[in-house]
Amino acid sequence: MKAVKLTSLLAAVLALTLFGTGCQKRVIGPTPINKPETRIRPGEIHNELPPFNLGDTSSGVNSPDWDPNTGAHAQSGKFSLDNSTQDRAALAIHTVHFDFDSSVVRSNERGNVDAVADYMRNNSAVGLLIEGHCDERGTDGYNDALGERRASALRETLISQGIAADRIITQSWGKRRPVDLGQNEAAWAKNRRGEFVVLHAR
Amino acid sequence: MNYRLVLTVIGLALGSLSLPAQSAAVSGFTITGISGLNQSPIPVNLSGFTGEALEVIQFDLVVQGFSLTSADSAQYLLSGSNGGNLVGRAQDRINKNVLVNKSYSGANLRRQAHQFVDDFLAALGRNGIGNTRIAFSNASGSNSEIYVANFDGSDAAPVTQDNSTAISPAWAPGNQALCYTSYRSGGAWIYLQNLAARQRKAIASYPGSNFSPAVSPDGNRIAMILSKSGTVDLYVANLNGNVLNRLTQSREDESSPCWSPDGQWICYAGKINEARALYKIHSDGGKPQRIPTSGVLNPTEPDWSPDGKWIIFTQQRRGGFDICIVPSTGGSATVLVEGEDPSWAPNSRTVVYTRRSGRGNQLSLLDVPTKQTKTITRISGSSSQPSWAK
Repeated sequence: MKAVKLTSLLAAVLALTLFGTGCQKRVIGPTPINKPETRIRPGEIHNELPPFNLGDTSSGVNSPDWDPNTGAHAQSGKFSLDNSTQDRAALAIHTVHFDFDSSVVRSNERGNVDAVADYMRNNSAVGLLIEGHCDERGTDGYNDALGERRASALRETLISQGIAADRIITQSWGKRRPVDLGQNEAAWAKNRRGEFVVLHAR
Repeated sequence: MNYRLVLTVIGLALGSLSLPAQSAAVSGFTITGISGLNQSPIPVNLSGFTGEALEVIQFDLVVQGFSLTSADSAQYLLSGSNGGNLVGRAQDRINKNVLVNKSYSGANLRRQAHQFVDDFLAALGRNGIGNTRIAFSNASGSNSEIYVANFDGSDAAPVTQDNSTAISPAWAPGNQALCYTSYRSGGAWIYLQNLAARQRKAIASYPGSNFSPAVSPDGNRIAMILSKSGTVDLYVANLNGNVLNRLTQSREDESSPCWSPDGQWICYAGKINEARALYKIHSDGGKPQRIPTSGVLNPTEPDWSPDGKWIIFTQQRRGGFDICIVPSTGGSATVLVEGEDPSWAPNSRTVVYTRRSGRGNQLSLLDVPTKQTKTITRISGSSSQPSWAK
């Protein structure tokens, strides 16, 4: 390694001796700039390939989707956003709010979660989308994850009440969909939320 | 100014010793990335340039650690002309060595001016950034699209036009492909889009959210945040498609993974035992190790410098965000400027970051050692989550 480094250093010194002194004596001719540039044409996508998931294999070598340590339930269900229609009104009054920097479902929000669980029991054909949202005080990267964590916490609570895991999907919007644009605690408290959207299979 | 006096004295001493130019330049080869924080900018004088060429040269110099000053207090003299093509000359004012003496042709005047600054930096043993590009997310109304632009914000062009929400772009090595998350199908999926072939495919469309893609330096793997298992965790997949490793199993949220330049480690923001901190984990799996960032709170959005020495990140504090830096081994963190979501340039010295502007955001460049900043050319809308092509 040392020999290689020394050699390249010597080569550099030599090159600079030749070039460096050369520059002082003569004016170099025009330097053409012909580096290739990839010009990106606005929005042009010629080939939309069908989606696949990295890690999908028939052999199923992936890490287990149900983790006994955390008790987490894998998300793979009957409902997806592209095969369902959304009813945002049915459960709108049961939106759950969270504390700052927290995904813990507060005890005073249990009534809302119970009402959603009742609805799911009484409407056995529907699915549920839980959307997690944040206030603007964190960064995008942080809030995207926290919003998903909030949605996941609500999902777990519903599963613990007997709602089948395969009826529930989650999604985070981070801080991108505030309901109140104010920059004060009252507005932030409204924006830290989980919304329930009823899914009807198409 | 004292430092100018010191520089002059050093310069005179060097001059009187008649050190050959090449030995000064060779010592310049050791200058990669940042040799320290809180450095004074290197004073240069510009003469003869006008208009757009002058603007480009000034911009490129300031975001790479130079300040503009009068001829008698400058360390380097940059002179030339730009009637038609650009002619540029760079000279060390003290020892009179000519570092660059070139006339340029082709492309356009802006590109010639960028190239002149790059040639000047090359003569100092440094890598210029004049021909580099950035990607970012730009929100307009309720939609956001991914854009690519030159590093100074010029020639911005959308690479998505889905009228949906496209966020967190990340370059793949070689800079011909971008990963990002888009909600265009309904769910938050990760896409890989080849810019040259104009092709894209969804590569992570698991139930739940698929966020924060980051391609490994060798281009073979991708780190991302998935909630497919019911909790929000860090995963790594082979881009050839047959292995998906779950690296964290926590009830808390991990976010914003980035790779060490050797591909051995992934740094991310997480929370263990109630401590929000930066962690690193071996990219093949293992136990997360905390990267201490003493002096700052709630670190998020780390980015590992291409030379491996530093991690730049965002501090979330009451009332705003700060760009901060810490050695990649952890230690005492330094607050640099107000802003969020930094991304390193390939020179391991300049970063692009987001800063608030009214109700929206705009992108700025920061020269880390001197803390000099410049706002880049804006496009209509709110720009955020920049990623600098390495």
